[in-house]
Amino acid sequence: MTDIPDKPQAAALARSSRFNVLWHAVPWIVAIAFYYTAGGFLSLGTSILVMILLTLSLDLALGYAGIITLGHAAFFGFGAYGAALFSLHVNTDPVLGLLVATAATAVFAALTGMLILHTQGITLLMLTLAISVLLYEAANRAYKITGGDDGLQFEMGPVLGLFRFDLWGKTAYLYALAVLLVWFIVAWRMVQSPFGRSLDGIRQSPPRMKAIGTPVWWRLVAIYSISAAMAGTAGALSAQTTRFVGLNTLGILISGIAVVMLVLGGTRRLYGAFLGAAIYVVVQDYAAKVNPFYWMFVIGALLMATVLFLENGLMGIMDKVGTLARDQLRRVFGQPSQP
Amino acid sequence: MNEEPILSVRGLCKNFGALAVAQSIDLDLPRGARVGLIGPNGAGKTTFVNLLTGVLRPDAGSIRLGGVSIDGMPPEKRVPRGLARTHQINTLLMEESALDNVAIAIAEREKHAWRMFRFGRQWQQCCDEAHARLAEVGIADVADRRVSQLPYGQQRLLEIAIALSLKPSVLLLDEPAAGVPSAESRVIHEVLDRLPSGIAILIIEHDMDVVFRFAREIVVLVRGAVLTRGTPAEIAKNPDVRAVYLGKSAA
Amino acid sequence: MTSAIVILLDGIAYGMVLFIISVGLTVTMGLMRVVNLAHGGFAMAGGYLAAVMVVAGVPFIVAVIAATAAAGLLGALCELTIFRPLYRKGELAQVLMTFGLTFVMIAALTAMFGTDIKRLPVPDWLGGLVDLGIRPYPTYRLFLIAVGLILALALWLIIDRSLYGAKLRAAVDNPRIARAVGIDVNKLFTITFVGGCALAGFGGIVGAEMLPLEPFYALRYLVLFLVVVAVGGHGSFKGSFFAALTLGIIDTAGKYIWPEISAFIMFTLVFVLLLWRPYGLIPPKAAA
Repeated sequence: MTDIPDKPQAAALARSSRFNVLWHAVPWIVAIAFYYTAGGFLSLGTSILVMILLTLSLDLALGYAGIITLGHAAFFGFGAYGAALFSLHVNTDPVLGLLVATAATAVFAALTGMLILHTQGITLLMLTLAISVLLYEAANRAYKITGGDDGLQFEMGPVLGLFRFDLWGKTAYLYALAVLLVWFIVAWRMVQSPFGRSLDGIRQSPPRMKAIGTPVWWRLVAIYSISAAMAGTAGALSAQTTRFVGLNTLGILISGIAVVMLVLGGTRRLYGAFLGAAIYVVVQDYAAKVNPFYWMFVIGALLMATVLFLENGLMGIMDKVGTLARDQLRRVFGQPSQP
Repeated sequence: MNEEPILSVRGLCKNFGALAVAQSIDLDLPRGARVGLIGPNGAGKTTFVNLLTGVLRPDAGSIRLGGVSIDGMPPEKRVPRGLARTHQINTLLMEESALDNVAIAIAEREKHAWRMFRFGRQWQQCCDEAHARLAEVGIADVADRRVSQLPYGQQRLLEIAIALSLKPSVLLLDEPAAGVPSAESRVIHEVLDRLPSGIAILIIEHDMDVVFRFAREIVVLVRGAVLTRGTPAEIAKNPDVRAVYLGKSAA
Repeated sequence: MTSAIVILLDGIAYGMVLFIISVGLTVTMGLMRVVNLAHGGFAMAGGYLAAVMVVAGVPFIVAVIAATAAAGLLGALCELTIFRPLYRKGELAQVLMTFGLTFVMIAALTAMFGTDIKRLPVPDWLGGLVDLGIRPYPTYRLFLIAVGLILALALWLIIDRSLYGAKLRAAVDNPRIARAVGIDVNKLFTITFVGGCALAGFGGIVGAEMLPLEPFYALRYLVLFLVVVAVGGHGSFKGSFFAALTLGIIDTAGKYIWPEISAFIMFTLVFVLLLWRPYGLIPPKAAA
């Protein structure tokens, strides 16, 4: 057995971790600062947090595992209705409702995923769309349960029995932020784990992964379910913080918007979800006031420009800017720059 | 000396419509075997390997690996039982580094790939072993390079390294030096010579020099059927084999 | 109770519209393996242009021809600027790009022509009822069926009998060898793409009665077109014909017999069909 030479992986990890801590703190500091400075915009902030969670979930399925899906709204809506129905019929405790909705969505996703994840490409895309449409139609028809076009309004109890949902949306914002933090840490650990690496492989070449013994289908079902659970949580949050759920949570438009946010921010860059969601919500809010279809133009053009020119979304640009800045700083302060 | 062969194939048949790509093939690979599979283009050699690995389902016949039947098992289940292969056309993860390609395979083998949260130590071990594997085939110096940036010969070596890292008992090499310029292919042949003697190896090759040097037994496949088999010396003298390759009856 | 004949005829008419619009998409996907989610946008553009022209007084046939040509032209423009870079970029990039294009098209069309539903009045000689012996039936729907059949026949002749068709089939089966034999696959594709967009525009025009021209047309019916392609099998002209007819009849039957859950039935069928035959009813040769 040959000598094990110097371990480049460990060195690289050590180099980056010091810088990483700083880098990681920024979005959260911004989020907390927003809480104190936002005033009337707090509810907008909450919807941004919800969208970030949805986009993150899609990043796991689409960005990392390569499951091209336009049906993620099914999970968002499933979680939303789950939370709403739980609150109406069982218990108004938010955290409990969130957990139940999330778990239910995961089970739903596992069942449908097992059926469809044998396929790929346009067939898979179609199947994800079909599931989304089917769920929408089912919810529409079952209007006695779901409220149909009118949706459902319901009450929420205090978070953890202590914090009531106030009129200014303060509790809602912090609640959403806390949930986002938990899921973020989960996602972050997962993509760096061996599991996450194997997903990278599956995305790039399923035959290669099969040739090394990877049970591709099972892996895909696993990540699909986790991603769906996350989207379900986002839906539940959305419902709980507004005390309302409607059919639009199941609509294809939400799936499309999630894809847009993901691509804008950059796939496989977890913070890309933050960027993409924030930009989208702000643009949509602003542009929709100008003209209901203006925002479609802006979003569509942004999407096309991103695909054509920004391979890695906005995070790609930030990466380049960050690397430039870091090299400059190193030069100024006398440390050797990266090889 | 008469232990059961590590890979045992009986009566393997496969038809695509009217075309018979495998006609009742029998094959035994004892431990440590060095078998060359030769035959004209379209003889069904890669098809045979695909049948062995489970990518294709046979219409009839049985395959036993390590004494256990693996009929009907999907490819990913056969790998942990000790069957590994390289591909005639590279199927590497082009956007990953050479090291990661091997490390991912090792993680799979060690069943680390289900670990969703702990990284660091286990992944480190996989990377360390991956380095050793790359060194075995002589490409440790390009470990961190993206595969898409490697010369073709080194990519072929990487295919072999990945297959070896699965710790197989049977290794199927599908034209390991195919498409590689002759300067680089010499390196590949040297690597083949150094392969662990405990592994049973079946190699598909067109280069007769390589086959005759490497193999202790040669199987000739023509239109999906085994024409003949024997030691390299026997095959070299066999008039039927010459006819198949030269296209006319032996003089 | 509406007679089975009406359901059948309505279903066939609807299927013809789906076929006319989707055939371009299936050939494009089979030929260049490009996923074009914006295909519905070309149908919408054709429909909108024709509607606006007819309402403004342009004679029906002139408007139809002009709008169809415009849709084709739009296709040419898009192909040259947007689709060329996409060929090598992989499925995800194509899905995203064309999805964005759809948004842009919707925004542009509503900005130019407004957000109300566009009516496309048909001339008198196409309106009214025809006595089928058993019962009267709208002339226009018979016209749709006739147009669909004629187009299907014409396309079949082109694809099966002409030199262009032979080249097309060769390029679909194996683009690498087709190039090696000297077929200009890129030019072939541009022509086909333009033709497909023009057909989509034409379908949007004649199908305005069944697929109303409203702002979300391109997104709402996208699913239907994709279903035709997926169920029929990419690249398969015959497949898309039968898939479109089948879907048209099933959806219409559902709407008549079980209106509350017709969409549910159709999508469940699609779901089951795709699971059973992931490559479509008539799979592309390369898939096996």
